[in-house]
Amino acid sequence: MKEQRDTTPVLDIDGLDVRLPEDRAGRPILDGIGLRVRAGESVGLVGESGSGKSVACRSVLGLLPAGARTSGRVRVGGRDVLAMNRTELAALRARQVAMVYQDPRASVNPLRRVGDFLTEGLRASGTPAATATARALELLDAVGIRDPRGALRRRPHEFSGGMLQRVVIAAALAAEPALIVADEPTTALDVTTQAEIVALLGRLRAERGTGLLFVTHDLELAASVCDRVYVMYAGRIVETRGTDELFDRPRHPYTAGLLACTPSIAAGAPAPRPIPGRPVSLAESPPGCAFAARCAHAVPRCSEEKPVLTRHGDGLAACHRAAEGITL
Amino acid sequence: MTTTTSPAPYRRPGLRRLRVLGQGPMFTVSVAVLVALVLVALLAPVLAPYDPEALDLASSLVGTGADHLLGTDQSGRDVLSRLLHGARTGLLGPLLVVTVSTLLGTLIGVVAAWRGGWADTVLSRSMDMVFAIPGLLLAILLVTVVGSGMTAPVIAMAVAYTPYVGRLVRGIARQEKARPYIEAYRVQGWSGWTVSVRHLLPNIAPTVLAQSAMNFGYALMDLAALSYLGFGVQPPTADWGAMINEGQSAVQQGAMLPALAPSACIVLAVVAFGIVGEGLADRIAKRER
Amino acid sequence: MTRYLAGRLLGLVAVLFVTSVVVFGALHLAPGDPVTFLLHGRPATPEAVAALRTQHHLDDPLAVQYAKWLGGVLRGDFGSSAQFHQDVAGLIASRLPGTALLVAYAALLVALIGVGSGILAALRPGPVDRTVLIGTGVATATPSFVTAIALVSLFSVQLGWFPGPGGTPAGLSQQLYHLTLPAFALALTFAGLLARVTRSAMLDELGREHVEVARARGVAERTVVRRHVLRNALGPVVTVGGTMLAGLLISTSIVETAFDVPGLGSLLVASVTAQDFAVVQAITLLSVAAFVLVNLAVDLLAPLIDPRLSLHGEGSS
Repeated sequence: MKEQRDTTPVLDIDGLDVRLPEDRAGRPILDGIGLRVRAGESVGLVGESGSGKSVACRSVLGLLPAGARTSGRVRVGGRDVLAMNRTELAALRARQVAMVYQDPRASVNPLRRVGDFLTEGLRASGTPAATATARALELLDAVGIRDPRGALRRRPHEFSGGMLQRVVIAAALAAEPALIVADEPTTALDVTTQAEIVALLGRLRAERGTGLLFVTHDLELAASVCDRVYVMYAGRIVETRGTDELFDRPRHPYTAGLLACTPSIAAGAPAPRPIPGRPVSLAESPPGCAFAARCAHAVPRCSEEKPVLTRHGDGLAACHRAAEGITL
Repeated sequence: MTTTTSPAPYRRPGLRRLRVLGQGPMFTVSVAVLVALVLVALLAPVLAPYDPEALDLASSLVGTGADHLLGTDQSGRDVLSRLLHGARTGLLGPLLVVTVSTLLGTLIGVVAAWRGGWADTVLSRSMDMVFAIPGLLLAILLVTVVGSGMTAPVIAMAVAYTPYVGRLVRGIARQEKARPYIEAYRVQGWSGWTVSVRHLLPNIAPTVLAQSAMNFGYALMDLAALSYLGFGVQPPTADWGAMINEGQSAVQQGAMLPALAPSACIVLAVVAFGIVGEGLADRIAKRER
Repeated sequence: MTRYLAGRLLGLVAVLFVTSVVVFGALHLAPGDPVTFLLHGRPATPEAVAALRTQHHLDDPLAVQYAKWLGGVLRGDFGSSAQFHQDVAGLIASRLPGTALLVAYAALLVALIGVGSGILAALRPGPVDRTVLIGTGVATATPSFVTAIALVSLFSVQLGWFPGPGGTPAGLSQQLYHLTLPAFALALTFAGLLARVTRSAMLDELGREHVEVARARGVAERTVVRRHVLRNALGPVVTVGGTMLAGLLISTSIVETAFDVPGLGSLLVASVTAQDFAVVQAITLLSVAAFVLVNLAVDLLAPLIDPRLSLHGEGSS
């Protein structure tokens, strides 16, 4: 079946493996990642630290750890990022994909003016300075910064963390990218600011029809932002489905565990239960299911045979026992 | 993990990257070089083929040969013998400087940290003052008054190096003092001195040792500069810095060895002390992590 | 801002005061009568001795002596030189241009070689980096008089490209030609130091997230290095570079001696040997003054380089 032009996903990751040449064998980071974001869609990528979610989302921009070896495809607008040369990569980064990082303080050069930061990407791709400035003013206004003209001349340290993250988001929107990758964009902010930033991202995405890949360790947060969620564990996708179904009926024990350890303020809700054990990386995981050692439902088969993603409900899950309908 | 702010030995930024070498075989090689230097200094009278001060104007500036392995200088003295004897003054000066500055600096640092308050203010400000006057200048001033020789340069350098140790020790001691175990001893009524000597000093010692090893190299360089200027050990005693001064004119006549041989010795010793100091500092940092 | 500046100036005055006390008091550290020391074995008539006593106010109480001496210093009167029978201030003024030229030449070399090789090492990991590291390691462990000997033996004696020690060049270009080897001898140690500071500051910045962010936005690597890495690494480079200026000044005594350059440094060394105390006092005091002034200038410059460092409320450091 041939896909039509307008349904070509803005991001299509297919069978992505990443290995670091740490020793001769090469330390694996990602194993067969598949992920899709359609135009205007908001997709969550959830996992604990060390699960490889940051490497996965940086690969979208062709930013991989030094010396990393890859296989598989990362297609943005149909073109494979991993096969791009320097010029094509620069164009991709300047025009098609924008990234919002965790800590706005770290992601803006502290010595340069905010206006400089906002227009830099545009100027890099050849937009005249005056046009870029006009665009920056418009964007600052859109993200809710008062006195945009004054803001352009100020330095990053004169902004609060939340305000600075708004500036970063404005900068991400500058080139009207088809896709925004946001890597834990609210983790470094306090709770009320978090909510504002999440709302802002949601509104801008809806207004502009931009695809959003929202990377976080917080399943609740992902649910409030995203239409669909991918759950990662130890360098692999273990489950993906629509947000509602994921919450009502998770099929992978890890997803269920993540849900169970989130505290809830609802009356009569059970006390949060942490997942026993500690997260492992792909490199140290056993031949079978990486989660087996921490899983309450593990059977001998789990630690021997790697489960593959198969359809359960309206999504996919990589668990040998997903079809058994065990209550998680 | 976030980076800790535990006080590290002061490193002149220049020698800092010797750390790359300080972890591998270069550390071992450098230790061997230092041991060899000390042995040479101790055994110089036995090892030296000639009297280092014996003039023989007839065989001035003889090149390398079987008689004189490194040739002779302008006054016909055997360069190798002078080099071997030069190791004695070359190491003795820095040894005195480092010993005095380490003891004095540790005392000042511990007292400043332990007493706090006005004592800390006075001691810290005094150290800032000494920092503002370069050691070389202090030495020159002192030499003018009391005359050339080992004494004035060594005293001046000992004073100039004290704040490096003092600041370092003060920093660590303040950190240690804030730890619960020290508080526990004090609550039990132990005196400050007892706690300092029994528990504080052993914890400070490795870092101070690393700093002192680095200071040794710098002091060697500074003292060599002073004797090159003619303010240090007086002729005819053999000394590397003084040998370079004496060999200078010979260089223009094409005889390189009398000046280049002691130059090489100075560089070798300074590099070796730098690598050992860096290596020690890194070992301590690693152990604490 | 004004409070900070006032605090800094107060500290500066305190250092200069203590230095002046040390410099003045050193005369009385000498064993025996100060006059004997000041005469340094030179035969003198009773009138000459009396004149010396008056010049150094030796018949007054110590505090008055100091006050009178300091008053003179503040008016630019450093007394007269025993070996040159000349006004010390005039003597220094006549030697200053040569030293200033040498220091400026060396400072230029330090900046070019130091910053240049530091940048190169940071941007080219592997063999280039290792070469720079080893080179700067040796350079920083080599005293300037050793460099001087090596340069003379290679470029003057063996190759004959540059003149050896001595000589009185006429005209600026000849003067610069003569100062080339001295300037390199003076610069090399400091260039090695600055290269390493530059390298590690660059590596620090290269690892920062905002640099990756700039790359992630499609900014050309060249621009990223210039606008984000180099610009941000400037702080430590300028701070260390500034303090080096004072070090260069003091090291001129060694290099000028090695190359027979008639400047302040060689004047200082000659005056020590001749126990020409007034000259030593003056040069020491001026050097420390230069040292603290440069440090102050560097501190005042820092907020211009890094706007986060405001000048408010930092008086205690």
